Amino acid sequence: MGSRARRDQAVAGSADLTPVALEGGEPRLVAGRCVECSTHVFPLRGRCPSCGGDVERELLPAQGTLWTWTTQGFEPKPPYVADDDGEFVPYGVGYVEFAGYLRVEGRLTEADPERLRIGMPMRVVAVTRGDRLTYAFAPE
Amino acid sequence: MSAQPEIAIVGVGIHPFGRHDGVSALAMGAHAVRAALADAGLAWPDIEFAYGGSEDGGNADTMVAELGPTGLPFVNVKNGCATGGSSLVSAVTALRSGAFDVGLVVGFDKHPRGAFQNDPADWSLPAWYGEDGLMVTTQFFGAKLQRYMHDHAIPTRTLAQVAEKAYANGSRTPHAWRRTPLSAAEILGSPVLAHPLTKYMLCSPGEGAVALVLCRREYLERLPDARAVWLRSVAFRTRRADTFEVFSPSLPLELMPSPSVDAAREAFESAGVAPDEVDVAQVQDTESGAELIHLAECGLCEHGEQVALYDSGATQIDGRLPVNTDGGCLANGEPVGASGLRQVYEVAVQLRGDAGDRQVPGEPQTGFTHVYGAPGVSACTVLSR
Repeated sequence: MGSRARRDQAVAGSADLTPVALEGGEPRLVAGRCVECSTHVFPLRGRCPSCGGDVERELLPAQGTLWTWTTQGFEPKPPYVADDDGEFVPYGVGYVEFAGYLRVEGRLTEADPERLRIGMPMRVVAVTRGDRLTYAFAPE
Repeated sequence: MSAQPEIAIVGVGIHPFGRHDGVSALAMGAHAVRAALADAGLAWPDIEFAYGGSEDGGNADTMVAELGPTGLPFVNVKNGCATGGSSLVSAVTALRSGAFDVGLVVGFDKHPRGAFQNDPADWSLPAWYGEDGLMVTTQFFGAKLQRYMHDHAIPTRTLAQVAEKAYANGSRTPHAWRRTPLSAAEILGSPVLAHPLTKYMLCSPGEGAVALVLCRREYLERLPDARAVWLRSVAFRTRRADTFEVFSPSLPLELMPSPSVDAAREAFESAGVAPDEVDVAQVQDTESGAELIHLAECGLCEHGEQVALYDSGATQIDGRLPVNTDGGCLANGEPVGASGLRQVYEVAVQLRGDAGDRQVPGEPQTGFTHVYGAPGVSACTVLSR
């Protein structure tokens, strides 16, 4: 286990855990897998929500498919952190299915309903919000 | 129907829903209590126990300052969207135990304007989930609905029909908030807030209060003028593993049915009533899609059948299955602590034949109510004349 992985494990389930890791420069979501019952967990947390077993850090694949989506048409109240000082721009939100793992919710880089459809291939991208690294899903 | 029902609703009271500047949620609650007592022909000192609550409106038991400190056991309930349902379940259990003969439930609320605001820390979620802009309830509604429409071939026009019916029914309901009918074109043309949902397809947090007086069958001998409605069953369930709920950063590949399915099935089974016997129904319509999904989850129609139900007008007041005859949450708004009891109020009023301009024709005999809320709770009731 590398130092980054050890740090993730130590803070699993805490508010500090970064949900995305750069693996060889490629952004991957930091999930977990229960060592007892194999349940996949995102975000990574210390205990399995299904059986209470220990959870191992696991990176999800870089690609998935769009399982469902919607749009955020109004500016959320805090604790939402605006992208910049400019006017609010609606954004897309969706669940991306990672076959064999689970479905993860995240912001989409696309908000135009005409360019989003269930089943389309999506890719994990890293995004900086404030001084923090997070993720979004981009159409392939 | 099964064995003789034991529990009766003998008094109903409501404070108008909407926005009431300068009126506290507790004052609205007390107003509803007095109305329910007058309807039952009882006075506050007759009430042997009470359950009541709100999300943002204060402690129910402090109403005794206005109603009279009679020393009764008055339990504060705070259980999110299930607050009213939890009060009702608790009151019914207290009556069935035989410890009490007559009691009261009250639900009331008053929320800040705009969408609900939630802190990830209160939901065991990481801070980034809120900062990234994912902690918004409307996203769940839009995302769940988008998938549901995809799986069951529901067109956008059906969403507009739900809202059009809600505002039409609200216009006939004196205590409703939104009393101006809106056309399907106006509903579809309003801003998209959570695709496919537009502004007029979503309810708003609001204000209001409802109280109900309940008693055991034997107590009715003391109330010769009461017009009782039978509460045949109440079921309250929380989610099981792997259901699709609000604020879920991830979902398993195999999803389990919503707690609405469990609560509705239990309510029908313990009442000995089949879903097709329902003459008037209330289902949680936080947004247009929720009404459609909940009708099927509660067993009132098949998944996908909603398109035909709304095209044919079957869910309108004069239809085969009138749904949300008071305009539901869309026309009344969502005061969280009050909504679940508003549904029971409306069905009780319909079964009595007291619903005036919005009365379901043909003397409805059997009613059903369903509430659903975060983080995966549902309460259902079956009522009859």
